[in-house]
Amino acid sequence: MSTATVAPTTSATVEFRSLRRQFGTTTALDGLDLTVEPGELLALLGPSGCGKTTALRILAGFETHDSGEVLVDGEDITRIPAHKRDAGMVFQSYSLFPHLTAADNVAFGLRMRGVAKAERRRRAQELLELVGLPQRAEHYPHQMSGGQQQRIALARALALQPRVLLLDEPLSALDAKVRLSLREEIRRLQQELGITTLFVTHDQEEALSMADRVAVLRAGQLEQCATPSELYSRPATAFVAEFVGTMSRIPCVRTADGQVEVLGRRHPVDGDLPADGDLHVLVRPENVELTPAADGPAQVIAASFLGAVTRLTVRLPDGTEIKSDLPTETAATLPLGTHATLALPDRPVLVDRRS
Amino acid sequence: MAQLISRLRVWRGAVLLLAGLYFLIPMAASVWFSIDDVNGISFDAYTGLLSAPGFTDSLVLTLELAVVTVVVLLLLLVPAMIAVRLGSPKLRPVLEVVCTLPLVVPPVALTAGLIGVLRWGPDYLMDTPFFQTFVFVQQPQFPLVLVIAYVLMALPLAYRALDSGLRAVDVRTLVEAARNCGASWPRAVFSVILPNLRGALLNASFLTLALVLGEFTTASILGYQPFAVWIYSVGNSQGQMSVAVSVLSLLITWVLLLLLAAAGRERRHKTATAS
Repeated sequence: MSTATVAPTTSATVEFRSLRRQFGTTTALDGLDLTVEPGELLALLGPSGCGKTTALRILAGFETHDSGEVLVDGEDITRIPAHKRDAGMVFQSYSLFPHLTAADNVAFGLRMRGVAKAERRRRAQELLELVGLPQRAEHYPHQMSGGQQQRIALARALALQPRVLLLDEPLSALDAKVRLSLREEIRRLQQELGITTLFVTHDQEEALSMADRVAVLRAGQLEQCATPSELYSRPATAFVAEFVGTMSRIPCVRTADGQVEVLGRRHPVDGDLPADGDLHVLVRPENVELTPAADGPAQVIAASFLGAVTRLTVRLPDGTEIKSDLPTETAATLPLGTHATLALPDRPVLVDRRS
Repeated sequence: MAQLISRLRVWRGAVLLLAGLYFLIPMAASVWFSIDDVNGISFDAYTGLLSAPGFTDSLVLTLELAVVTVVVLLLLLVPAMIAVRLGSPKLRPVLEVVCTLPLVVPPVALTAGLIGVLRWGPDYLMDTPFFQTFVFVQQPQFPLVLVIAYVLMALPLAYRALDSGLRAVDVRTLVEAARNCGASWPRAVFSVILPNLRGALLNASFLTLALVLGEFTTASILGYQPFAVWIYSVGNSQGQMSVAVSVLSLLITWVLLLLLAAAGRERRHKTATAS
């Protein structure tokens, strides 16, 4: 990637206020309230059908909302048509215009704005250098790889120096290696230009690694919006806990003093303790300690090598399966069939009703 | 395995040879008939075409009809098909059925229907402005009624050609990408969709052109004399010239089809490379 200079954009604040959208009997957005700060990269994360793409498309002007408001820098943009919204978008599918070269694709928006040809060429070249593809200026989309096409699409989205950059799962069609390098490049560009960015993804790793904050959506509602580390370590709900990262559920019982007893030990509860019903403690694999013990209740039934760590799956006598991440060297001392004791760190645990 | 492949090759060659003979023998016979003369070989049938009475008029009329038919057809179909894809994808099957319906209506039946309307209309609409419309569409210099008939006949062909072109393009995403870059709706369609439909537009135009060039039944029954009807009438008095014109029109049609195939190959190549 070159270090070409492109004028930084004017970042905007984006606000969704009580946004609702219904498609027939399906509720895509159910009162979404969310604010994106200027220059921030916010990832909208959630399973298919949670409404993340709908929110992005409403902001871009490709969908309408039934009620609520979409504000950019405090101005309601509901009645502004898509082509006047000042938001650059990168689509999931390679959306380059097949009949135009890379340079012409990048300059398309400038042409629509009536920018002179010489200036268009200069700006297009500048942006192509910014995304590291100046040598592809005269290539057509079908002559480029998927990763290159998405870089050109990013350059095209930035050409008009938009106030907001919208990324609709731009990496999902790419292979793993390209995806990794492109996400670093997108993040670098976003930080360099300081542009407010909304990034829709269903890939938690992508969201956690790129975003300043991650908004987890479920059934059209915001579950939690927090920094990646907070989201991972202090999930607000069981859904967030299980959607972001890996979680194991271990049966527990409530005690008279408002704590829970799990694996023979008492733990304070992180958040609210459900008033009734059978309970589960949610634990991350890295928080489960395994110690080999011939009379231990857990038995190792599976192992997945993940590099520096190995993820072991153990089974309790009641059939509960729990995952534990151990340093690969330690995991080697626990081959399949080994019995072990389990322990959780001595801190508050997240509790949910048994599903 | 090798024996099987060589046997298949022999069969393929045989079928190709038979098909070639099936087409080439009548063609060669026609060419021979058109140049055969008591004194040897003569190209009088070809050279005399331009001065033959009615040749230029019928050819010009046919080409005019073809151009207007193509324009009307594309103006009707292209916006409708793009609008359905963008706005109401659920209506696509309805549009498809409507556009392919003329396939099951024989030209004779269509013409009989047209004659019925043309006879009925003037009697009932005598005192209304529509009467002049009926007169206007039937004027001999340029019978618009033929354009109406040809548009209906060519509708299924043009629809198929355009549909395959639209299938190769992600219309919705491209329009959204263009609008995101600041293009209004019409500009997005003109700047992004139509250039990517060039091959399909050419295909639809060529197929319509070929249909209009060869259409005989409707024009003949309605009493007009475009090229195909002229060839038939010449055939009754000047056999050699009639066959010469047929050979020429066949060659023109072949050239058009070759162009069509070339356009299709280019599109397929682009798609294959892109994927």
